[in-house]
Amino acid sequence: MSASRTITQGAFLRADGSKGIRNLVAVVYLVECAHHVSREIQMPYRENGVHLIGFSGCYPNDYSFRMLQGLCTHPNVGAVLLVSLGCEGFNRHGLLDAVRASGRACELLVIQQTGGTRETIRRGRDWVGRTISQLDSTPRVAMAIDEIVVGTVCGGSDGTSGITANPAIGRAFERLVGEGARCIFEETGELIGCEQIMGARAITPELGTILHASIAKAARYYATLGHGSFAPGNADGGLTTQEEKSMGAYSKSGSSPISGLLKPGDVPRAGGLYLLDVVPDGEVRFGFPNINDNAEIAELIACGSHVILFSTGRGSVVGSAISPVIKVCANPETFRNLPDDMDVNAGRILEGDSNLDGVGEEIHRLIHEVADGRQTASESLGHQEFVLGYKSFDPIGPACHPTLNPSASPARPAATAVHLACLSGRPGRRR
Amino acid sequence: MKPAIRLSPEDNILVLAQSMQAGEVVDIDGTAHRLSAALGLGHKVAARMIAPGEKILKYGVPIGSATAAIEPGEHVHLHNMKSDYLPTFTLDAGREFHSAT
Repeated sequence: MSASRTITQGAFLRADGSKGIRNLVAVVYLVECAHHVSREIQMPYRENGVHLIGFSGCYPNDYSFRMLQGLCTHPNVGAVLLVSLGCEGFNRHGLLDAVRASGRACELLVIQQTGGTRETIRRGRDWVGRTISQLDSTPRVAMAIDEIVVGTVCGGSDGTSGITANPAIGRAFERLVGEGARCIFEETGELIGCEQIMGARAITPELGTILHASIAKAARYYATLGHGSFAPGNADGGLTTQEEKSMGAYSKSGSSPISGLLKPGDVPRAGGLYLLDVVPDGEVRFGFPNINDNAEIAELIACGSHVILFSTGRGSVVGSAISPVIKVCANPETFRNLPDDMDVNAGRILEGDSNLDGVGEEIHRLIHEVADGRQTASESLGHQEFVLGYKSFDPIGPACHPTLNPSASPARPAATAVHLACLSGRPGRRR
Repeated sequence: MKPAIRLSPEDNILVLAQSMQAGEVVDIDGTAHRLSAALGLGHKVAARMIAPGEKILKYGVPIGSATAAIEPGEHVHLHNMKSDYLPTFTLDAGREFHSAT
């Protein structure tokens, strides 16, 4: 394994030792009532690396706290401004302490204690302006490929996604995993039907059981809701069923062994391929697991993803706050229709101009260039979408991340107790 | 004749590699089949006769079951197959539901 290979010479070194490929200030609203003020603070700086994220709900939720904590201490983020109305339930002091403990500059403005909208915007803009200048002196260091986290997602899938873009991303993932990178694929609800073949790729039998159970959980969850992760445009594009969409989505994972199962906010601590379980634990509450693609992207970033590989057939135009999104277009007709929004034309494979290995190589090269500062299509167009809702999860158990836990040896038989500890009904705090 | 892709040897469907107009001819394993309607890139056509209830195989795995007899070369889509897991929502079904209520 050539784990010492460098992905960029110019990574941004944070006080907590993590390395980012962007040097951002996050302005964070802690309830919808603080959204306008936060947006006004960010607006003049939105082309200067200041991104807007936040949580709309007034009622506290452990998952959303953990998500914002993960995002505010993400390696791509150098400083954070928290904006609270004052009476919402979000634990603003807990988040302020956590961000400061990571060594990042962090300020909290409470609108009700700052004299209202106008004064909070003025003070917020002052703080952001000063902080941008300070971030200019962030140390730049080399970053090895085994320090990068790469997430993948698909959106606006069609009949070409599972033939071109998704398996090409799979080729890039195979190579990255071989080089020691940490790669994450997701949306257990979009892997319904793939549970057998996927479980067999787990590095321990316990993990295989856990992967299988995570898909069964997603199938139950979506059955209760009445339909799956399948949009009308998927059918217009030639897809028919959840399991057909799943097989296409699954091919993004490549063929590497699966090293672990994560839940939103869990950062993989060793190289390998990880499945992100996005479907909440326990009975169905709070509605759809992910109301759109950006909810999934935000979760991949909260798991540490420095960069996102986004496969699209119908033609999604979104990017994301915090981490750059590389758009891999599966459908050559869509690429011609939306050329400014796409980074890679995987549809060439259908027209005989390239093959899966060629496009996989192009994606691998582009990750290096983006890590080195090249803007992606969605970044250059100003896309900074962000969505965060309510969920609840049980914490992952040791068998979910076996490389960190030598006791979960392959020799041990798969145990129901392990599956219970990881996926359901584990006593203790829900988040 | 325009090509269609076989993703796995055991598949009973082929995937169109380009959008086709009604009347154009697609190559079904060496047999010419004339399309009766336009079909978009990525849509599926039957590679052989498929009986009602038979699994639709793509990538070598079942992606649902036939709900009607399907002739070789015929479009395989929501009108003649369904999921074995979850119902599929379409805008047309939503429109029918709301016009009926």
